[in-house]
Amino acid sequence: MRIPLGTLRILVLLAVFVGTVLFFASQIDGYLNARLFNRISGSVAVIALIAVGQAFVVLTRNIDLSIGSVVGCSAYFTGGILIAYPDLPPILVPLLAMGIGAVFGAFNGFLVARFRLPSIIVTLATLALFRSILVQSSDGSSITTNRLPTWLTEFATLNAFTAGELQFRWIVVISLIVVLTAHVFLTRFRAGRQFFAIGSNPDAAAFAGINAGRTIFLAFVISGALAGLAGFMFLSRFGNITVVAGLGLELKSVGAVVVGGVNIFGGSGNVLGVLIGAALIDLIDTSLVRWELVSAFWREAVLGLLILLAVAADTVLMRRLLRRKPTGGSQ
Amino acid sequence: MTALRSWEGFLFAVLILIYAVNAWSSPVFLTPGNQINMFQLSVEKIIVALVMTFVIINGEIDLSVASIMGLAACAFGWLVQAEVPGGWAIMIALMIGLACGAFNALFIVGFGIPSLVVTLATMIAFRGFARVLVEDRGINAFPAWFNHLGQKGLIGPVPLAMVVFAVLAVLAYLILQRTAFGRKVYFIGANRAVAEFSGLDVRAVKAKIFIASGVVSALAGILFAARVGAVRGDVAQGFELDIITMVLLGGVSIFGGAGTMSGTILAILIVLALRNGMALQNITGHIQTGVLGILLILSVMVPIIRETGGRLIARVR
Repeated sequence: MRIPLGTLRILVLLAVFVGTVLFFASQIDGYLNARLFNRISGSVAVIALIAVGQAFVVLTRNIDLSIGSVVGCSAYFTGGILIAYPDLPPILVPLLAMGIGAVFGAFNGFLVARFRLPSIIVTLATLALFRSILVQSSDGSSITTNRLPTWLTEFATLNAFTAGELQFRWIVVISLIVVLTAHVFLTRFRAGRQFFAIGSNPDAAAFAGINAGRTIFLAFVISGALAGLAGFMFLSRFGNITVVAGLGLELKSVGAVVVGGVNIFGGSGNVLGVLIGAALIDLIDTSLVRWELVSAFWREAVLGLLILLAVAADTVLMRRLLRRKPTGGSQ
Repeated sequence: MTALRSWEGFLFAVLILIYAVNAWSSPVFLTPGNQINMFQLSVEKIIVALVMTFVIINGEIDLSVASIMGLAACAFGWLVQAEVPGGWAIMIALMIGLACGAFNALFIVGFGIPSLVVTLATMIAFRGFARVLVEDRGINAFPAWFNHLGQKGLIGPVPLAMVVFAVLAVLAYLILQRTAFGRKVYFIGANRAVAEFSGLDVRAVKAKIFIASGVVSALAGILFAARVGAVRGDVAQGFELDIITMVLLGGVSIFGGAGTMSGTILAILIVLALRNGMALQNITGHIQTGVLGILLILSVMVPIIRETGGRLIARVR
C-alpha cells in the first residue's frame, strides 16, 4: 500500500506532535491533564486562524507580513465600535471584525494583484503603515476590559460543549470549523484548486484560463478576514488592547505554515498540516516555560531552531523520496 | 532630464527636495550638530544596509541581521561582565557574528533551503540566544574607553561609527561595482541557473555574502552597545525592516540582479533626512515608520507610473 506524500506529511507531523507531548509529560509533573488542553486550545485557536489565512497567501507564491498589524487594527477598531455602540447584536460583532480585516487585506491584494508588486515589499510596507494607522487613530489611548460589554469578555471562556474535564470553548470550535471549511474548499472545489494551480505553475494556470489577479486578490482578502476574526478573539480573550496588539504574529503564522509543510514558494500544502504546525509551535512555546531543566529564556531560541529543523528535515526527506521514484512529479 | 531617467538621479532629486524642505521648515536641520546626530542615531542600521545590498542583489534575503546585532551586543556585555578584557570581548562577539553567518549559509547553501525561511527561523533563534545570555537584565558596566569610542568624536566631532560607515561604504562600492566578485554577485542574482551552467562558484559566493552579513551585523551590534552604553535582550529588535526598506528604496530589486551601491547610499540619506525632518516637527516614531512604508510602496510603483505616463504621452502625440 502506498501512502500519498501529503498524507504521509500529516502523519509525520502528528507523530512529532504526540512525541512532543509525551516528552514534556515525562519531564513535567502533572503535565498531561485536561487543563493543558483547555489552556493551549484557546491560543492555538487564534494562531491557527491567521496561519490558515497566511497559507492561502503562501499557496499563491506570496506572503503576508502585515497580518499582525491587521489583527491589532481589527481588534482595536472592533473594540472602539463596541464601546460606542454597546447594544450591537453579538452575532454581528465577529462579522464586523472580519469585514474590517478584509478591507486591510483587500488593500494589500489590490496593490499586489493589480500592479503586480512583490508581496513581500507591499506587506512589509503595510505592516508599518497599518500599525501607524492604529497609533494615529488611537492617540495613545487603549481599549480596556471594563469599557467593553461583559458578554464579549465572557465569550472567550464560554464552552460549546465539554467532554469530561476537557472544555471545548466556542472560539476553539469556531476556529476548527474555519480550518475544516478551508480544507474542504481547497481540496474539493474548483475555486480552491485554483490557489494551488497559480502557485505551482502560473503560466500553465494562465493558459488554463485561471484569472491569477482575482485569485491572488481573494487570497489576501481571506487572509485579512481571518486575521480580523482572530482580532475579535484576541479582543475577547485579553480585553485590553494597546497599540502593540498582535505585534509579531506574522512570524508565528509564517512559522506555523512552514512547519505545517506548506511550500514557501507556493503550490503545495495542506491546512490540516498548518493546524498541527500552529498547535505544535504553541505547545512547545507554553510547555518550555514549565520545564524546570531549562530557563524560560530558552523559548525563542528553541522555537527558531525547531522551525529550522522542521524545514530542513522536510526538504531532505522530500528530496530523497522524489529521487526514489523517477517518474514522480512534484506533488 | 536624462539624469532623472536613472533611479539614482531620481533619488538624488528627491534627496535635494527633502533637504530643501527640512532646511526651510527648521533652522536647526542644517547645523553640523544636527547632521551628525542624524547619522549617529541610525548609524548601525545604515552600516548593515551596505551588506544587505549584496544579499538582495544576489537574489537572497537576510532577516536575521538585527538578531545577530542583538546577540553580538549581548555576548559582548556578558563577556565584559564575566571580566573578559574588552578587546577580547569584541573579538569573540565578532566571531559569534561570523558563526551566525556561517550557520545561515550552511542551511541556505548546504541544504538548499530558501533564505527567507532560514533567516526567519534564525532571526527568532539568534534573538533567543541573546535572551538566554542576558535574561531580563540590562548590562551597562562597560570599560570607559569603550563608551568613549561610541559616544565621543573621533575625528573632530565625527564619532567612530560614522568613520566606520564611511570606510565600509567606499569598500562596499568598490567591491560591488569594481571587482570580479561584484560582477558575480549581480550575475548570480540575475539568473542563478545560467551562472551555475557557466561554471561560477555560486555556492561559495552566496556563503561569503551571508558570512560577511553576519560579521558586519555583529560589528554594528557592538557599535550600538558602545553608543548606548548598555545592552538588553531586545537590542536592535525590528531593525531588519528599516534596513531592508533602505535597500529596496535604493532601487535594488527584491528578485535580485539589479540595483547599485550608490542607490542604497542615496536611499539611506533620504530615509535619515526624512526621519530627522519629521522628528524636528515632533512627529512620532510610529508615524515616521508609516510614512516610510508609503514611500516603500511608491518606490516599487514608480516603474509602473512611469510606464503608464509614457503610454499616455504617446497616445496624446
